[in-house]
Amino acid sequence: MKVLGLHLGLLALLAVLGMILPAYHQGNLSRIMVLATYAVGYNVMFGYTGLLSLGHAMFFGAGMYGLGLAMQHGGVGAVPAFGIGLVSAAVLSAVVAVLALRTIGVAFMIVTLMFSQAAFLSALYFGEWTRGDEGFVLAQQIRRVGEVDLSNPVTRYYAALLLFSVALLLTMRMTQVRFGHVLVAVRENEERTRMLGYSVWSHKFWAVVISGTISGAAGAAYALLFGYVGASFVSVPYSIFPLLWVLLGGAGTTIGPFVGTLFMFYLIDYLSGLTTAYMLVVGIVLVLLTLFARAGLMGEIRKRWVPWLP
Amino acid sequence: MSKLIQPNRRTVLKGAAAGGLLAATPLAGRFAQAQSSAPIRIGFQQHITGVGAAYGRWYGRTTEAAVKAINDAGGINGRPLEIIAEDDGTDARRGAEVVEKFVNQHDCDVAFGTLFSHVVIGSAPAAGELKMPYFVVSEGHHVASGMLNRYTLQPGITDVKSQVQAMAPFISENLGKKVTMIFPDFAFGHDHRDYFTSAIETAGGEVLEHIAIPPTETSFTRYFPAIPRDTEVIYHVMVGPAVLTFVKELGEFFGPSAPPMFGFIDSLEAVDLNSPGLEFLEGSYFWEGNPRYAQADQSPYDANFRAAVGVDENGASVSDPSDVSTYAHMFGCWETLYIIKDAMEASGYQGPGDRAALVEAVEAMTDMPHSNEHPQGPKIFNGRTHQAFGVQYITQVQDGRLNLVHETSIEDTFYPDEVDYTTQSL
Repeated sequence: MKVLGLHLGLLALLAVLGMILPAYHQGNLSRIMVLATYAVGYNVMFGYTGLLSLGHAMFFGAGMYGLGLAMQHGGVGAVPAFGIGLVSAAVLSAVVAVLALRTIGVAFMIVTLMFSQAAFLSALYFGEWTRGDEGFVLAQQIRRVGEVDLSNPVTRYYAALLLFSVALLLTMRMTQVRFGHVLVAVRENEERTRMLGYSVWSHKFWAVVISGTISGAAGAAYALLFGYVGASFVSVPYSIFPLLWVLLGGAGTTIGPFVGTLFMFYLIDYLSGLTTAYMLVVGIVLVLLTLFARAGLMGEIRKRWVPWLP
Repeated sequence: MSKLIQPNRRTVLKGAAAGGLLAATPLAGRFAQAQSSAPIRIGFQQHITGVGAAYGRWYGRTTEAAVKAINDAGGINGRPLEIIAEDDGTDARRGAEVVEKFVNQHDCDVAFGTLFSHVVIGSAPAAGELKMPYFVVSEGHHVASGMLNRYTLQPGITDVKSQVQAMAPFISENLGKKVTMIFPDFAFGHDHRDYFTSAIETAGGEVLEHIAIPPTETSFTRYFPAIPRDTEVIYHVMVGPAVLTFVKELGEFFGPSAPPMFGFIDSLEAVDLNSPGLEFLEGSYFWEGNPRYAQADQSPYDANFRAAVGVDENGASVSDPSDVSTYAHMFGCWETLYIIKDAMEASGYQGPGDRAALVEAVEAMTDMPHSNEHPQGPKIFNGRTHQAFGVQYITQVQDGRLNLVHETSIEDTFYPDEVDYTTQSL
């Protein structure tokens, strides 16, 4: 009950903030919620299952291009296009899971990185459709659901909140059911989990598919809400970002990905106004956090004060 | 020669400081006549970090120089200009966030200054939705293609389609009709592939082979055997750090018997032409948006621009000869700021409520004569497509410097309109 209350409380707070925040911070929070959804997806694989992916941008990109290409070239409406984005990400993550899960540890990281690079180069190669690195704009007039204009800042905020809510509550629920417990068991001791009779491979497989699909939902939502589709979202930095956000916020905590994304966004936003060497400062902050708060912000809070935090 | 402008993080003249300084100068009388003496705030979306940092540095210096020149001459409608620079990290997502920041946080009047196409395209939706005039200095064809929106304009620099198209007649008549193109296999290279291939056919030539180099490639020799033996001209537009290797390996492949070569200076912006490995470029031809080296018949406008920004006759910083400028592009910042000035004065711009009128005032512009305000050359602005058209320069590497051999007409750069933004609502 406490857990449900905490999550609903956070979502209620975000809903209220949407009404009272100044325009600039409202816009920022819309982006942060979409990107945090990406981090929530990443956390399913990394935080709960212990699978470190260096190629998650391909899933974000699958959702983004699935939706974007369907709307741009297929004339598909926003809702079915979002469905195509989800299916694209789910199918890609299933294929990657089948191939990459044949490896473990460092090899798994490298295989995911290579798949992601292949996805990035594919986005460039099919430039006739994707406009490659330049990308393309989804026109304001097609970014609608019925009469609802998704480019309106308020509508966009609540659409982002809806997306984030679904992802957050889904992962919260996951931590409460057997499937989630087995994922944690896989993370902690794969051999023992296998000995207890669980299929480690199938749990890993579904973790990758769920993680990839949530990440794809974030990619599709980014394109739909902000009107841009481009290959830079499939590049290596966009595979590293969710890792940083999750590490910062607390891997294996449900709220950590949101906290990490929020912290990093405002850290960069604030520091870039003070110095051009802001990435250096961000790097130092990350190193300090890694040294002194190894479990991340929410992880440390769980360790020190709130042990029931999922 | 003046001292190099060294831009600060945020501005030349901060609002309060500007007011104080101006009150103590002879300009005070001119500024005082305005209805409001508050600075006009220009949001400068700058590539301070990321792959575009070299361009960002020089775009910054040019912008600071133009702002100083405009403010010294009385500002805009009697109000001084203030630059609010934000780093977009040369990233499309951050670019859009920065545009929102200009509108909702910094209360800027306009946004300006973006070069890299993916940042422009990523940011333009935010500008359109927030109805923020967004003046890009990108040379991409994205504006004139109709992909963007009524609030995005490119009046201070020509676009790649017109540039490429204007090169074809010169190449066909002077260098050869059978061309092999070598280009990076992403959007920038694809633009060249598509526009040049059709333009050279119109000019009576043909492209024998398209050689697309994957963007992750670091060695190029294995691609060169694909160059057909009867190639008369090599057209190359490799960009990025690999360009030095590319040129060196091309030189080793051909030795002294290379066909004439034509390239776009984008490959070598901010790169010293006399860098080791580039010797093979001697005798080859380049498109330049604005000749890097001061020419024998240099216009007084170029001399004024060069001195104001702090660029020597070789196109490098006056305070550091190894700090080579991005001379073929950065004039666009200078010219764009003067266009913003002209449009604000023409529309009687007072504040953000007049943004729509400002866009209409730019759309109404046509001729931009060669002048101190337009030092690159004369231009014609097309208000329907939001794109400027202007003369292009072809230079040849002679004794390690780029000397002008041809100047196109503006008409060479025209192509049929692909959009009419004036039909979109404001």
